Amino acid sequence: MINSQNIIARSATTTPPPQARSHVEEVAKLIDVSKCIGCKACQVACMEWNDLRDEVGECHGTYDNPTDLTAESWTVMRFSEHETADGNLEWLIRKDGCMHCAEPGCLTACPAPGAIVQYANGIVDFDSNHCIGCGYCITGCPFDIPRISPKDSKSYKCTLCSDRVNAGMEPACVKTCPTNCIEFGTKADMLDRAAKRVGDLKALGFRDAGIYDPAGVGGTHVMYVLHHANDPNRYSGLPKDPRISPLVGAWKGVTKPIMAAIIGITAFAGVIHYVTKGPKEEPEESADADPTALGYDATRRRDDADDRPHGGDR
Amino acid sequence: MKRSQDRLVRYSPLDRANHWTMVIAFVLLALSGLAFFHPAFFFLSHSLGGPVWARILHPFLGLLLVLLFVAMAVRHVSRNLLGENDVQWMRQIGDVLDNRDDKLPPIGKYNPGQKLVFWALVVSIAALLVSGVIMWRPWFAGYFPIPLIRLASLVHALAAFVAIVTIVVHVYAALWVKGSIRSMTQGWVTRAWARHHHGLWAREQEEKQRREQQP
Ligand code: HEM
Ligand code: SF4
Ligand code: SF4
Repeated sequence: MINSQNIIARSATTTPPPQARSHVEEVAKLIDVSKCIGCKACQVACMEWNDLRDEVGECHGTYDNPTDLTAESWTVMRFSEHETADGNLEWLIRKDGCMHCAEPGCLTACPAPGAIVQYANGIVDFDSNHCIGCGYCITGCPFDIPRISPKDSKSYKCTLCSDRVNAGMEPACVKTCPTNCIEFGTKADMLDRAAKRVGDLKALGFRDAGIYDPAGVGGTHVMYVLHHANDPNRYSGLPKDPRISPLVGAWKGVTKPIMAAIIGITAFAGVIHYVTKGPKEEPEESADADPTALGYDATRRRDDADDRPHGGDR
Repeated sequence: MKRSQDRLVRYSPLDRANHWTMVIAFVLLALSGLAFFHPAFFFLSHSLGGPVWARILHPFLGLLLVLLFVAMAVRHVSRNLLGENDVQWMRQIGDVLDNRDDKLPPIGKYNPGQKLVFWALVVSIAALLVSGVIMWRPWFAGYFPIPLIRLASLVHALAAFVAIVTIVVHVYAALWVKGSIRSMTQGWVTRAWARHHHGLWAREQEEKQRREQQP
């Protein structure tokens, strides 16, 4: 953890993170979907910088290659063919990967202290050294991003090149993109750029162009410019209103401390009951002194069914 | 030494071996599970050799527990249905808690409190099994849609909570009612204990003993 002074959130941690510094500016990566030509240079740059060599996969009859994110493919171009109402075809290409949410579901769900951290600049990073491989981050993420490696059972995803950014460089994908479809800078600057691009697209006739910076997860540090921001689903299932699922909220929220408290209170109630009411002492053997106490003579050896009360069989 | 007639057998050696194996499995499951449950309990992951081992071993221990529990449950389910005097006993729960046992009606092998423990565990362990398998990485979770895994995670946490509270109550009851722990360690209870706490069962057993002692 090079950037440890700037960690503002840490998985499975209930005490405050380091807070001495507060001047760090938030960064963002802006992906202008309308400028992407699907060349996958960013995928290659990502492999190269992060030193990842995924298995060579198979062709599934589409340009998607690999067909999904994996522990060794942290970004993937997703191609979709959309037929518009007037019968035209739109070929939409979206660079998929971690969105670096301001309110990351992965971090909320992770049970291992420090396995997921969020830096003051907004980057959400996995520290695989602390990862236990439970997959809760997959359960928590609204974008279906993290992947557990079959090799080491650790979870991986895009780091937004936190190592490069920390050294003052832009992420590898940004550096390599030949069309400037991917840009990087402060979040404020990127929002300005995005607004300008949205204006351009509107001028070109894309009335529904807009910025994808979903408020449901507090905004993201990877943003899209979409020509159809009204229907993000069109871009290979980009969620329209992503947020941490209410199920995850219920699972990871107040229910836990409440349940833990009830377990403790139950045990404590036992202690109090014992010291106030006392145990049920073992009955004296002299209960045998009255062998007829149960309404029959227990000392009788003869099996005399008639004068015995019937107790049922259980 | 008490004469053998003063004892009633409550649990066979196999019952006892099964019970204490379940105890070990359940305690390790609860400790390792609580480690994932809330950060305050993360240190408990060392109960299974550290957090990664806890993550790996917990589900396998869970399967072991389920097998042992099913073996126990099928043997005892018929004794855990609602029986004679159970409703009356429940109405007098105040007398139970205040140790006014002489006012209570005689009941069968298990009292309604014990039956509630039995059924709470049947339900929670079944829920733990189903939800646990759905959450289980790397083996099974990949076959289920993420929204279902989210539901399973919530259900698993709730069911574990129910199971743990139930076991806390169960353990307390054993400590509270003197003479009962021996039934699960050595297998027998005194005749007086049986008549006092489980009158209908004592009568049934004594009759059985008497029949066996017939020349
Ligand atoms: C019946 C078989 C069981 C299976 C297959 C199972 C499986 C799992 C799995 C896969 C996890 C996620 C962590 C991991 O990957 O190890 C988990 C978590 C957990 N388990 Fe189990 N388990 C079982 C039984 C139990 C039992 C009997 C208890 C309670 C004593 C329990 C308590 C917990 C708790 C408290 C958690 C943490 C839940 C959370 O994060 O909110 N489990 N279990
Ligand atoms: S997109 Fe998913 S993995 Fe990335 S920060 Fe958000 S919740 Fe975490
Ligand atoms: S797999 Fe690793 S990073 Fe993901 S939630 Fe579990 S411990 Fe955290």
